[in-house]
Amino acid sequence: MDLLLNFLPAIIIIVVMFGITMIAALYSTYGERKVAAYLQDRHGPNRAGPGGLLQPLADGVKMFLKEEIIPVASNKFLFILGPSIAMTCALMTGVVLPWGDKFTLFGRTFNLQATDLNIGVLYVFAVVSVSVYGIMIGGWASNNKWSLMGAIRASSQIISYELSMGLSIIALLMVTGTLSFREIVLQQHGGILHWNFIAQPLGFLIFLICAFAECNRAPFDLAECETELVGGYHTEYSSMKLGFFLFAEYINMFISSAVMSALFFGGFNFPGMDFLAEKGLDANWITLIGTAGYFLKIIFFIFFFMWVRWTIPRFRYDQLMNLGWKSLIPIALLNLAITAAVMVIRHSNNFGF
Amino acid sequence: MQTTSFSNRKKVLEQKPMTFMERIYLPAIVKGMSITISHFFKKKATIKYPEQKRTVSSVYRGLHILRRDENGAERCTACGLCALACPAEAITMEAAERKPGEESLYREEKYASKYEINMLRCIFCGFCEEACPKAAVFLEEDFAVANYSRDTFIYGKDRLVEKPKVGTKAFDIVKVGRTRELN
Repeated sequence: MDLLLNFLPAIIIIVVMFGITMIAALYSTYGERKVAAYLQDRHGPNRAGPGGLLQPLADGVKMFLKEEIIPVASNKFLFILGPSIAMTCALMTGVVLPWGDKFTLFGRTFNLQATDLNIGVLYVFAVVSVSVYGIMIGGWASNNKWSLMGAIRASSQIISYELSMGLSIIALLMVTGTLSFREIVLQQHGGILHWNFIAQPLGFLIFLICAFAECNRAPFDLAECETELVGGYHTEYSSMKLGFFLFAEYINMFISSAVMSALFFGGFNFPGMDFLAEKGLDANWITLIGTAGYFLKIIFFIFFFMWVRWTIPRFRYDQLMNLGWKSLIPIALLNLAITAAVMVIRHSNNFGF
Repeated sequence: MQTTSFSNRKKVLEQKPMTFMERIYLPAIVKGMSITISHFFKKKATIKYPEQKRTVSSVYRGLHILRRDENGAERCTACGLCALACPAEAITMEAAERKPGEESLYREEKYASKYEINMLRCIFCGFCEEACPKAAVFLEEDFAVANYSRDTFIYGKDRLVEKPKVGTKAFDIVKVGRTRELN
């Protein structure tokens, strides 16, 4: 019984987070279309429900009802495995993210986080690297030249940009000294000036660019570059399997926005937190406001993703590789060196810092 | 390099290598994003169509209407000039004689008992409007014709004749007639 009570908060948080992630991804598709429309002086979807709010549901119904085609020449098992991996990996990352601070209910205090892995950052990176298999397997199993080329592009792009992403994170980890998301967020407590993007502006920039590449989002959406590759790795997919690939992309966007907000923008910390605590506001309320603030940051980053997508044209493949290998990795290494140097100087204390 | 130019306006453009600021793309990206976000708040170029409609020119040639006169009586006398003028042969009609007691419905002794325009044939040239000696047929501003079957595009008098104004005798008669039909 006691064991169950210990696990219950985590289980509830996982279920709630699963729901929120799905809804966020669902409404990201709506948001994407609305943002695209507004940036292009249009109104966007406005027929289904008030302001078009039921549009994602209509899209979902359409996806489910469409004919499902599995090409004869494809490998059926791998063909189904591809989107499954993409979707599973996209949903797995949410468990280590810190959605809020301590919350007290019925005399029990627990963190608004499914599990506080001490290697949380590594876990996220591992899962994200696995998700490339979904794309690769999907493209390969289609038995179609364009799908394969799209898959190769996507996987080489993700692998290339994972390097500089990792390097930018190493610099951050040198500052924080921990791999646990919760501790990283708690360290950023105490005003905007303590948030990591102040200490690591270059690291944040590299991370942001790499996040775009990792999510296969514009300007790095070469994998589904329709003018060259028809539909990329999901050319042969139809119905809900296509829906899973597209949905996974939006979930990845949500998760990387969440990771970015947690690592660089203070997670559930918000300005005026201590002030409210001094005023005697209940800790639970502060936690809830913090969670709301975290979601605001995530929504801003999702909006930023869309804003960039509808502004910048797609990179050419060689430009993409040049940027990744010849620009971002050297800059990330430089950032690493500068961070290390500053830390050594600070620790030696010989210069009066 | 010297190049010949007969008009003396030829310019040789040299391609400069990109500077560092250009190579890292970021200033250009920021500039582009400020342009797109300014469009976010601009007035939309599109409208919410069925609820809002664009105003059309006053001489716009849309769907036809058969006008009534100031007393609410139908102006059309089924002379057939519109059908004759029609290059697409979209108009057919049948004439009938006005019976005593129908003076408030039809202005003259002869009227069109059947008047049909095939909107799929019609080319909206407006010749019927020009040909009409009684100022009965006009092309109005409404233009959205959509339906699932072809025979619905043949518009009869029920859809062509102008609705009678409130207060005219025709309004009362038509209204009574309608309710009788319903019963």
